[in-house]
Amino acid sequence: MAADFNWAVGGEAGDGIDSTGKIFAQALSRAGRHVFTSKDFASRIRGGYTAYKVRTSVDKVQSVVDRLDVLIALTPRTIEENLDELHEGSVIIYDGERTTMQDVEIPGEMTGIDVPLKRLAEEAGGAIMRNVVALGAACEVAAFPIENLDSALEKRFKDKGQKLVDNNKEAARAGRSYVAEEFDHEFDYDLETTDADYVLLNGDEAIGMGAIAAGCRFYAGYPITPATDVMTYLTGRIERYGGHVVQAEDELSAINMALGAARGGARSMTATSGPGIDLMTETFGLIATSETPLVICNVMRSGPSTGMPTKQEQGDLNGMLYGGHGEIPRFVLAPTTIDECFWKTVEAFNLAEKYQLPVYLTADLSMAVTEQTFSPETFDMDEVEVDRGFVVDEADIDDHMSDSGGFQPHEITDDGISPRAFPGTADGAHMSTGLEHDEQGRRTEDTEMRVEQVDKRNRKVETARDREDWSPRELGDSDAETLVITWGSNEGALGEAVDLLDDEGIDVRVLSVPYIFPRPDLTDDVQSADDVIVVECNEQGQFADLVEHDVLARVDRINKYNGVRFKADELADDIKAALAEGAEA
Amino acid sequence: MSSDIRFTDFKSDKQPTWCPGCGDFGTMNGMMKALAETGNDPDNTFVVAGIGCSGKIGTYMHSYALHGVHGRALPVGTGVKMARPDIEVMVAGGDGDGYSIGAGHFVHAVRRNVDMTYVVMDNRIYGLTKGQASPTSREDFETSTSPDGPKQPPVNPHALALASGATFIAQSFSSDALRHQEIIQKAVEHDGFGFVNVYSPCVTFNDVDTYDYFRDSLVDLKETDHDPSDREDAKDVILNSDQEYQGVIYQDEDSVPYHEQHGVDEDMSVIPDGAPEGATDLVREFY
Repeated sequence: MAADFNWAVGGEAGDGIDSTGKIFAQALSRAGRHVFTSKDFASRIRGGYTAYKVRTSVDKVQSVVDRLDVLIALTPRTIEENLDELHEGSVIIYDGERTTMQDVEIPGEMTGIDVPLKRLAEEAGGAIMRNVVALGAACEVAAFPIENLDSALEKRFKDKGQKLVDNNKEAARAGRSYVAEEFDHEFDYDLETTDADYVLLNGDEAIGMGAIAAGCRFYAGYPITPATDVMTYLTGRIERYGGHVVQAEDELSAINMALGAARGGARSMTATSGPGIDLMTETFGLIATSETPLVICNVMRSGPSTGMPTKQEQGDLNGMLYGGHGEIPRFVLAPTTIDECFWKTVEAFNLAEKYQLPVYLTADLSMAVTEQTFSPETFDMDEVEVDRGFVVDEADIDDHMSDSGGFQPHEITDDGISPRAFPGTADGAHMSTGLEHDEQGRRTEDTEMRVEQVDKRNRKVETARDREDWSPRELGDSDAETLVITWGSNEGALGEAVDLLDDEGIDVRVLSVPYIFPRPDLTDDVQSADDVIVVECNEQGQFADLVEHDVLARVDRINKYNGVRFKADELADDIKAALAEGAEA
Repeated sequence: MSSDIRFTDFKSDKQPTWCPGCGDFGTMNGMMKALAETGNDPDNTFVVAGIGCSGKIGTYMHSYALHGVHGRALPVGTGVKMARPDIEVMVAGGDGDGYSIGAGHFVHAVRRNVDMTYVVMDNRIYGLTKGQASPTSREDFETSTSPDGPKQPPVNPHALALASGATFIAQSFSSDALRHQEIIQKAVEHDGFGFVNVYSPCVTFNDVDTYDYFRDSLVDLKETDHDPSDREDAKDVILNSDQEYQGVIYQDEDSVPYHEQHGVDEDMSVIPDGAPEGATDLVREFY
């Protein structure tokens, strides 16, 4: 890989760190460089410490590293927080005229570049442009043509008038000239540009764009870090495609609104994080039992409870797989890269409608707030396919009527998939309910119908297992005797780690799994490897448990779910039958 | 959709399991008649029901319907109506569903003013769980879980609605069939959120708020000089009346429903079989 360059701007919340970082990232992207960003942030509006970090290279970058080459430090704490990442060749840009920075000490062999950011900004038209002066200074240090910054400044400020754009450009040049004139110093960096065209987006945005592409028309949500960006993205955009976003009073309401829209025939979704998932779980069984297609996006953060709301974790896997009372068929998808967030969202909508059940689409904080560059063709809208599954209209509804003439939305079928009729379809009127029901959706406690409906719902999962592709993505050396398995956003870091290990002569095979349920059967892969390691961002190893579970020896099972308890004589017979089968096998 | 729809077309083939004499029979009949009278038919109607005796209504009516989880009927109705402005949406629930577990949603559904009808079958008791205090039970109403009465003032749903910016507030009595139907009908016809609290007596567990009690005490606002278009008048009835009343308490004639405020007027069930036209613009925005 070509040399990478690591840059950051840091200060207090409220210092404009995010937008400053975003402008620089955008400038690099527009200059044909690959970008991968990350954020250090806290759950507060002002104060504290926050930073926006950018890793860039002419080659693809898909991870953060523990190295910082240029740091714009607006506060002394920004330097302290990053001491581990700074190295002898690092350059720190700061404003020595700022009261809090007057006595700052630049550690060791690092180069301090003292630029009067505020004063130069005032001269260019206003102190508020102080960070842009710093960006100009960073361009000089990194030998990065300032015209690329102009383009990003125009994008950022064009809605606020040409005057402001011009002032910002002037501010950036003031920063650049100051460094060029005041520091007789050769910096080691040279950010070359290329002709490549890139788009820059984060995981939440990819999910939002995927939803619109897939024909999602309704979104209801309640703001929560780090899922809010999905809602922010859709607001003002989905309307252009005939959709609507509602900010609900809570997550209980959000998921029920989404459910209502789905019953109305719309592709519908909600997004939240762990605490919201807990509330939404109330409605989960209803979605599955009423066989309603719904996409529930869970952008995970560090839990339990309020946990560390602005920090990374993949701790909700068990909650998504098992949450809710009763037994609830569901799918759990976990895109492993930002571009896959887009495609898996499209897939989630298709799976939800084809199999008429709730689909969890899970990302995590790292992926949600990280921006990465891609070629625009990565998101080729012509490749998007919409499959609405088994929907009947007035012409074919007659084939799905009961003897008494009622439409059968829960018809018992071989593949478990029943017809759907949207409201307004003549003769399609029917009840959907969380109660156990017959084929028409009418409440029943009939033991046989109960079993038929449970089996039918589970049969959909088996059908999906057979019909769909649940393969993992393979990286590294396919012949290696060490197998590393991961899921979710770890793929990028793991992919680069494999290269680092390769440099040391260590061969590793990686399986990155975007499907948690149904999931690929990794039994053969696990059994044929010498060492198996499962990498995930949680303490208990929730996916590792699943992998171990999947390769365990099978037990015989006796199950009963018709609503009647086990009876002694019946159970004795069942056990005898199981033993007889075992003896035959 | 034929024009000769009768209210019995809204009846399902399931026999209600409500207790003989339950107020919910009359409440439901009025709803079905109001739907038929306003030109709806089962295939363009969506009924959302909550949990409790009232929640069973979706089973006994014939229409597109969802019988949801406890307390969340209003959000479901909101979602249906936003996705399908062409569909008539009626939400039904009990006093527990609407004013206890779902009270938070009630306030916000009122604020949103989505064009749907909300019928609360208020019997001032939890019937299906065999007689516990409800949010509208009287302060001294003795039940198995409140032997000396709940000792809390009952919720005043009309006050809650008025304070939340309601555009239509009404009260009816299930046993006064004609008036009840007429009031529900006005709620259906209202441009916005039509809220009707219906006294729907529980003959098994509530021996205080009985048919006789309501018959003797109900004042019909139609027979007074009450002006439903006057919010101050409505406030006076809701906060200061020491009597039970029925009729339209408040109606904002200038109500602008949610879908007009927000331009949500498309049938969202219709989508192309690929990405929507112009979707590539979304990618370009990320340059």
